[in-house]
Amino acid sequence: MLCDVCKCNDATVFLTQILEGKMHKVNLCEACSKEKGVQDPTSFALADLLLGIGAAEEMEKGAPAKKCPVCGFTQADFKKTGRLGCSECYATFTEGLGSLLKAMHKGTEHVGKLPERAQRAMALSQQMRALTENLQKAVEAENYETAASLRDQIKQLESERSNSP
Amino acid sequence: MKFSSMLSTAGEWLRGEGPHHQVVISSRVRLARNLRDCAFPGWAKKAERTSILEQIRSHVEALPEMQDAFSEGLQDLAALDKQVLVERHLISREHAAKGAGSAVVVNRRQTLSIMINEEDHLRMQSIRSGLQLKQAFKLVDKIDTALESKLDFAFDPRLGYLTACPTNVGTGMRASAMLHLPGLVLSELINQVIQAVSKIGLAVRGLYGEGTEAMGNLFQISNQTTLGEKEEDIINRLSKVIETIIDKEHDARQTLLQRKPSTLFDQIGRAYGVLTYAHAMPSKEALNLLSVIKLGMDLGAFPEDQRLQIDELFIDTQPAHLQKSSQQKLNAEERDYLRAQIIRDRLKIFPKPDISKMVTESGNGLTNGPPSNE
Repeated sequence: MLCDVCKCNDATVFLTQILEGKMHKVNLCEACSKEKGVQDPTSFALADLLLGIGAAEEMEKGAPAKKCPVCGFTQADFKKTGRLGCSECYATFTEGLGSLLKAMHKGTEHVGKLPERAQRAMALSQQMRALTENLQKAVEAENYETAASLRDQIKQLESERSNSP
Repeated sequence: MKFSSMLSTAGEWLRGEGPHHQVVISSRVRLARNLRDCAFPGWAKKAERTSILEQIRSHVEALPEMQDAFSEGLQDLAALDKQVLVERHLISREHAAKGAGSAVVVNRRQTLSIMINEEDHLRMQSIRSGLQLKQAFKLVDKIDTALESKLDFAFDPRLGYLTACPTNVGTGMRASAMLHLPGLVLSELINQVIQAVSKIGLAVRGLYGEGTEAMGNLFQISNQTTLGEKEEDIINRLSKVIETIIDKEHDARQTLLQRKPSTLFDQIGRAYGVLTYAHAMPSKEALNLLSVIKLGMDLGAFPEDQRLQIDELFIDTQPAHLQKSSQQKLNAEERDYLRAQIIRDRLKIFPKPDISKMVTESGNGLTNGPPSNE
């Protein structure tokens, strides 16, 4: 049996993990098991490794030959390392990653902590949406005085947004 | 703070007596964070990694919690010193393999450790004694909030915090506890527990070694998933499961004491005898015997005021700590001699096991008081 990672040496290390009732198996050669830190049970490498190998296949289905515009990372790199290149990779490889994340996690959407920056940005875009809607309504109703004031508010929000770090 | 002064004191997590400290050695929570649109450490070129490190390190060192901290680039740490930090759970094995472009910052009390350019740009970890996951999270959450006002973290409204490995995306949080479970191992119930826990999205593994082969009867339990659940919910769920395991462990100990007292007394007596008189002590054997002594102490066979002696031996007999204390490079055989010598010296003042005191377990792990007569 060949190693699942390098696919050239004979596998001598066999790993099985049961995760939420699903069994995952990985076969590795001596060199790859060392490199992946399998000998080290204190790291979380085992789960990462198990999921990483499946992940590359999932991504190949979703996005053949795509390259991240920010960091130049490709799916072949993901297959090799089980890690992504930069934060933008999540947008680049979104199709393949979607099903992978679904299989890997409890849910598909983040419900935890929001950084203040994100909270502000989300509040701003919500405000902006509301103002734009009202502006449209005001124009349709030919209520130009209100429309002008709304337009000014939108301008001010836009400048706030571009000034915020 | 210098490396030598950090080495001379054990971390708060080892000396402290947090809730349930008889079964739960320590609680840890770590958060993974990355800078927006910068290549993750494993993919970044050296120049980019170095500039990311500089950018992050100044903000980390400026934190009020990091006053008089130990802060060092990984290229400036000797291999042995890195290993010492690993044995103290202050850096990961993966981080110990790093060199230029990575750093570690540890606070004075050794309750907070921040790795820069490990697998992610930032790995912030808080470690506490006993079952204190909530407190550990509170500290690391505060650090995260302080840093996010200075640094632009990669965050997506739908996917949460973006991490190098998709297994960490979302909260970027891994909460874990180190458990000492000799009762469940001796009564052969440990595999049942491991299986039950892995069915609910949590992972249990031996701290050293795998499965039932876990050395020193030490296990680590942690959350497996990070997306689709709030930080507080993950921590509450994990804490509840740990509390159940604590109850099971105490039950197992009581059952052993009632049904197989001679076996238990024999194990404790043998462990005491070998540790007190052996002249060559391999690491694995030391961990297993110290675990039995620790169990004996929990059950009242040894005086409570000697507890720290035993707890410290778990760390001080690890290979890197041994070599550090001897100031020279030792081969495996020499380490075994030195390990036996250190243990003999520490146990000199240790009284013989008093099995007459092992009637009921002392409290529920919350107190250190004498056995109660219920």
